[in-house]
Amino acid sequence: MKGGLTPDQVHKIARLANLILTSEEVEKFAPQLSAILEFVSKLQKIPTKDVIPTSQVNGLENVYREDEIDKSRMLTQEDALANAPATHNGFFKVKAVFGE
Amino acid sequence: MDTFKPIIGLEVHVELATASKMFCGCPADHFGKEPNTQTCPVCLGLPGALPVPNKKAVEWTIMLGLALGCTVNEESKFDRKHYFYPDLPKGYQISQYDQPLCIDGKLGDIRIQRVHLEEDTGKLQHAVGVSLVDFNRSGVPLVEVVTEPDFRSIEEVDVYVKKLQQIIRYLGISGADMEKGTMRIEPSISLSTDGKIPNYRVELKNVNSFRFVRKALEYEIARQQREGHIQQTRGWSEDKNATVVQREKEEAHDYRYFPEPDIPPMRWSGRQISDIRSQIGELPDEKKERFMKKYGLSDYDATQLTETRQRAEFFEEVAKEGTPKAIANILINKKVTTKEELMKFLQNAPSISADELQETVERILKENPKAIEDYRNGKEQALMFLVGQALRQLKGKGDAQGISAIIRRLIV
Repeated sequence: MKGGLTPDQVHKIARLANLILTSEEVEKFAPQLSAILEFVSKLQKIPTKDVIPTSQVNGLENVYREDEIDKSRMLTQEDALANAPATHNGFFKVKAVFGE
Repeated sequence: MDTFKPIIGLEVHVELATASKMFCGCPADHFGKEPNTQTCPVCLGLPGALPVPNKKAVEWTIMLGLALGCTVNEESKFDRKHYFYPDLPKGYQISQYDQPLCIDGKLGDIRIQRVHLEEDTGKLQHAVGVSLVDFNRSGVPLVEVVTEPDFRSIEEVDVYVKKLQQIIRYLGISGADMEKGTMRIEPSISLSTDGKIPNYRVELKNVNSFRFVRKALEYEIARQQREGHIQQTRGWSEDKNATVVQREKEEAHDYRYFPEPDIPPMRWSGRQISDIRSQIGELPDEKKERFMKKYGLSDYDATQLTETRQRAEFFEEVAKEGTPKAIANILINKKVTTKEELMKFLQNAPSISADELQETVERILKENPKAIEDYRNGKEQALMFLVGQALRQLKGKGDAQGISAIIRRLIV
């Protein structure tokens, strides 16, 4: 990573992670993030020309379940909502999202 | 003045009618259930939960792809599509990105780009200052059918959507009901002056009935001529009878797809695919052709009788109770749906053949061009007059309802 991340790039990454950073934090994290990227970029030096890309290393494929209802793992409404910061009449309540 | 040609593409989402959800054993039927009573750690996105794909949902998606003339990707996988919106508890939706189950199909003249499988989201209700979330729908199997931008008129969209709905219902994989939300349509529309695909498009959301699809597209064609060509997402507002801009998150399109590490890839052999193909059965168009050939029915009658698989099967079950043409007439004109009803009609049927009835009506129509014109201009009495004439000719052997149905069919 040449020259490190710009403040704009750090802001964008933060937004994608649903985080809001102050400009002090951006200043603080920019070099840290850049250092991590630089460290990881060492992987780029490994020759991988003849390696087929994969997203799976355990060799499994075709793992399915039959179309059957299994209520044994279902949660009651009370349990489902137990950790919610706010609820209303059996619903999770969240800050208004722009809809319509 | 410039002439504009609408360029339209469609994304259609269909909820599959499986018993259980896509990646867990919760019931998939969420219609009218108490909120958040059909969830588990998987569909609530709790840490450590492991999604396992529903085999039937995958097979049904392949079946639909095959029915739409697609190629099945023998190697396919699921991917995570990331975005922050409270309808998703995990922060991502399990979907398919670069290896959808099916690609490159065709329905009529419309090319189908892909048919892929994903999970439905929870349902949001918007109130003042807050939104309420119900996750009963979260994780229900959802198929997405994406076309190329091949539509050049609203009529073509209409024909395609109805045909797609009919095929899905024939396959028995979904009710595909727009009012219930088991079928959802998202059109993209732009206007072209030179026939080429423009470099912008307007995506339309919230069009949850056939009527709204038409109205939203009509509105957009007029609006884009008036206001110009800007890329945006708009929603149909029934209150305003207009499309309105929907704000979107800046980063909404940076989905950061990557392969779902919790679900091993899928591999389908040619043999498995032909097994699924053999379950498709006769599709509406083939059935219609066969009805015309085998039973000597008109295009109209065959189309009517093959509208649903149930109706077509009922017709075949009872076709031998009389001449197929006569049975077809009773089924179509009297809306008969059970064998008992049909037998009643057959027993009480005036001793007159369908052909004789048809000929008489045609003669009456030929003799009364003025009445036809009056009827076309909205005079209902003209129809009554024609029916009366036919009844007189038949000396009471026909029935008024049947005759008026034939007349309307012939002159509308």
